[in-house]
This record gives sequence, structure tokens and C-alpha cells, in this order.
Amino acid sequence: MSRSAGVEKILARPTVGAVLSGGWRAERPVVDASKCKLCGVCWLFCPDAAVEVSEAGVVIDYDFCKGCGICARECPFKAITMVSER
Amino acid sequence: MAHRVFPREEYLLKGHVACPGCGAAVMLRHVLKALGPNTYLVIPACCTSVIAGPHPRSAFRVPVLHIAFAASAAAASGMIEALEKLGKPANVVVWAGDGGTVDIGLQALSGAAERGHNIIYICYDNEAYMNTGIQKSGSTPHGAWTTTTPSGNPGFKKDLPGIMVSHRVPYVATLSPAYPNDTFAKLRKAASMRGGLKYLHALTPCPPGWRYDPSLTIELSRLAVETGMWVLYEVENGVFRLTGPSRALLEKGKRKPVAEYLKLQGRFRHLSPEDVERIQRMVDENWERIAEMLKEGGEHSSEQG
Repeated sequence: MSRSAGVEKILARPTVGAVLSGGWRAERPVVDASKCKLCGVCWLFCPDAAVEVSEAGVVIDYDFCKGCGICARECPFKAITMVSER
Repeated sequence: MAHRVFPREEYLLKGHVACPGCGAAVMLRHVLKALGPNTYLVIPACCTSVIAGPHPRSAFRVPVLHIAFAASAAAASGMIEALEKLGKPANVVVWAGDGGTVDIGLQALSGAAERGHNIIYICYDNEAYMNTGIQKSGSTPHGAWTTTTPSGNPGFKKDLPGIMVSHRVPYVATLSPAYPNDTFAKLRKAASMRGGLKYLHALTPCPPGWRYDPSLTIELSRLAVETGMWVLYEVENGVFRLTGPSRALLEKGKRKPVAEYLKLQGRFRHLSPEDVERIQRMVDENWERIAEMLKEGGEHSSEQG
């Protein structure tokens, strides 16, 4: 049974980047790779799923990071500092 | 290595519209990772209606039904019955705020619990109507400032998990975004249980509503547990059990003073030392009740065993 065209039209679709939330940021988290132990705590507690962890290091997606600072606060190695966007 | 322990797949996509530091967004990310892609969300009016993003975009990688404030548990009841008739077993999950659960959605939730629909109902509790401007809800704690309780809430937080235990549903549990291990164990247990409604209640800090710096969301979630103001537990088929870090907090000396939790939040800034003392007493009395309950439960099970 196929859906009617009308139903297709009103359905929302999963979208990476529903809004460009990085523009809300007042401070940006900056990772010091020399202190980072790749523990993934920043990734785990990021409300915005804006942290990627791989063997190459931690990468923050500044298009979507809102600058809340949870990652910097929770990092057990103090490897993340918040830097003003101004 | 958190990223190796927990699923890497994201079901709450970046670019959603939650406030910076939103506790509910952290909680929802963990919940969806635990439940996986075979999950349908039913969301009444609440912050998450907005978090989903502007139509026709959706920040969710699972299907979502947005529904009227009072109707979420009723809609989920219909959805699970339909999916079962279609032979498509799935997690049907209500994700509702405290206003949509303890106040406006309560009769639909009570009805769904009574009928025993096989749904998971999760209340993310930010302790007021945050989305509409921080009005007091039935879940606002005693003494807290809101825009409708400008000199502090004279009432008391409604114990909704307790009300759900009284419905004799198979599973009731509390959650915190600071303890993902606890969250994953409880969600997977809830998803594996059949034959009734599973009720979970998460305390999710709200930076604009609680008046604190957004970087403190996880710290506050942790302090809520460590001070004993928020208790992590589960009630499985009527048997109460403390879980996670709450297991070690039965003795008063093991709990941090509630002031450590209260003082970080602007909504409690007006409290006098006597007010803080009263809140401390309320928390201690609650733990005495828990100790009694565990004692009775232990005696009960040893009689049976």
C-alpha cells in the first residue's frame, strides 16, 4: 500500500543540521591534544552530539557546538578550555 | 573509553534546537543510544517538541509522533497495539516533560498503566514548565523560584514514580544524565520486559530555568544524586532496589549536604539557612523511609525464601 502524496508532503525527515546552532556560541571549546587521553567523556556528555573521538583525536564540530562548556568542565584531564568567540 | 562502551550511533542528530547545556538533550541522547533504531517516540507538548527542529526537518533519526499535551500515553497505547497487530514489535516510547506527565498527561498515563499496554513512558523532569517560561509544575521542588512562585514554591514535589509503583506496573525506575551505565542497564531492562507499562523518571537540569551556568549540567545531575535529593532506584515487579551510586548513600554521613546542590542554582538563591535546613530534613526523612522499605522488603523476601 503506497502512502498518498499528501502524507509524504507533511512528514518531516531526519536531518543533520536542522538548524546551524554553532552560531549561538559565545565561547568555543578548544582541545589540547597533548593532554587528551581519548577517554571519550566529552563525547558522552555533549548535549549536541558535536564531539567526535577517534584514534586521531577529539574533533569538535563548530557548525553545531553551542559552547555550553560541559566538555571542558567534565574532561578528567583538563584538556579542553573555553575561548571567547569575540 | 566511553565511545567504545556505548553505541556510537546517534539518533538525536546535531543541529537540534535544545538550549546550550540542556540536561534533557544529554538524557535523550543516552536513552536513544540504549534503545536503538527500532524505536518510535511519542512526544506531547514540551521542550522536545521544539528540540526536534523546524518542519520539515527533524533532528530525530527515529519516527516521532507529536501529540497534544494530555494525549501522549493514549496515543502510544494505540501505536503499540497497531504495531503488534502488524507483527512489527518495537519500542514505543513516550518522551514527555514533567508538566505533560505529573499534571496534564497524568490521566492518560494512569489509564495506559491500568490497561497494561506494553509501552515505555519516560518523564524528563526539569521541574517546571520551562518551554513556556518557567512556570511552576506539580514537579517543582519545595522552595524553588519560578515565574509563578516568585518567592519560592510553597508546595512539594509530587512523587510520580511512587504513584506509578502504586499502579503495580512491572517496572519503575529513576534516571540521571550523569550516570549513563545506570541509564543503559535500566532502559535495556525496560525494553526487554513485556506485559505492562514501564515507567522511567529522569531528573534533567535546565540552565535557563534553574538559573545556572550551562557547563554545570552534569555536575548538578551528579550532585543531585550525591546529596540524596535525587535517588537512583528501580522497582521491578514490586521489589524496590537502590541502583548505581545511590546504593552507597543509605547512611546520612555518606551523603553530601543538600546546600552543595542548592547553592549552585539561582532558583534557590533566596533560601534562608532555615529553609536549607528544612530541605535537608525532608531529604533525610525520605532516606529513612527508604531504609524502612528496604528492611521490610528484606524481611519479606527472607520469609518467602
